[in-house]
Amino acid sequence: MYNFDVETPTSIADAVKALGREEAQPLGGGQTLIPTLKQRLASPSVLVSLTGIAEMKGVCMTDDGQLAIGGATPHAVVAREAARHYPGLADLASHIGDPAVRNRGTIGGSLANNDPSACYPAAALGSGATIITDKREIAADDYFQGMFATALDEGEIVTEVRFPVPEVSHYQKFVQPASRFALVGVFVARFGDGVRVAVTGASNDGVFRWTEAETALSSNFAADAVNGLALSGADMISDLHGSGDYRAHLVGVMTKRAVAAAR
Amino acid sequence: MTQVKMTVNGKAASGDVEGRTLLSSFLREQLNLTGTHVGCDTSQCGACVVHVNGEAVKACTMLAAEAQGAEVTTIEAMANADGSLSVIQQAFQDHHGLQCGFCTPGMVMSAAALLKENPKPTEREVRVYLEGNICRCTGYHNIVKAIMAASGQDVSRIAAE
Repeated sequence: MYNFDVETPTSIADAVKALGREEAQPLGGGQTLIPTLKQRLASPSVLVSLTGIAEMKGVCMTDDGQLAIGGATPHAVVAREAARHYPGLADLASHIGDPAVRNRGTIGGSLANNDPSACYPAAALGSGATIITDKREIAADDYFQGMFATALDEGEIVTEVRFPVPEVSHYQKFVQPASRFALVGVFVARFGDGVRVAVTGASNDGVFRWTEAETALSSNFAADAVNGLALSGADMISDLHGSGDYRAHLVGVMTKRAVAAAR
Repeated sequence: MTQVKMTVNGKAASGDVEGRTLLSSFLREQLNLTGTHVGCDTSQCGACVVHVNGEAVKACTMLAAEAQGAEVTTIEAMANADGSLSVIQQAFQDHHGLQCGFCTPGMVMSAAALLKENPKPTEREVRVYLEGNICRCTGYHNIVKAIMAASGQDVSRIAAE
């Protein structure tokens, strides 16, 4: 690792100030960023740690019935504390990485990184969540802009994420056996006004909504409703773990399993 | 350099660290607590698992500066006060839950974290919990058996020979 300074602010205001330093970068739980720094794939001169900011931590229901999660909340806390309010989301959080990673990795860090195989982007897009930053509110539909790309500006931090809570939901992931990341993951959520289906791990463009499946499932919320629907493998990630066609096929299979398991 | 202060194994510890100093490096190189092993340095193997404020974390994937003020527990504090092996450690010995022993500190720390939150795990729960701890010797069967035994459950019918 190249050396850098570490700032450990205790308020969002101080974090924003620290991020004003030259080549400063926010540090969430560090479960992706620290390995990246070890590989010398990033070389910030200042890391601003967000995990000591109490106002960015915790899980609660808002007055209008949405589930609010602080950006610096670790996956393990979401798995525990969201279970009562939004079981599909809590279940997703309880299967990210491994237990030690879940104790450090944060929802804000995951969404800011937008790894094409990360789990949380599927939940945020599949729920129609709102990403709240130190500057503004961004709808999930506008937030994800391709592999590792988001609507965030340089130094902008995810302070909170608000999830509308669906009637039923489930996340089904097919893990890549070595890394345990999602080879393909599908988040299905049924709301009163329709169904949302978000797919991670599969596309070269990162997380996306499978709109044909949404239409089919909105009129008939059953696994069979997606029979006959197919995605093209041409736009899918193709690597030694699976071809584009294989991933496209898995999207259908995972969608069916998610619908069947939705609670 | 900045000074970090934390409590390690119940005692006050401090030292001057660079921004990039990992918690694992601080423990091993500055406090000479070399029981915490660094197996992969890519956050995958779990040999470096320690407890920070009671929770299992990978010490190679946390900066020492982030542990400012924290309570850190390492494998060095797992034995009983009289120096005898703890229940989990003894179970690893009794059930041959180690061969080369390199992964064992992380296995014991993960096992302790698991049993704290789930005192009577099923075999499957143990295996799932150990997803982030890699052992290249044992094939895991005897590690799982040791953890089940440490939880006070009958292990006579568990896993392979």
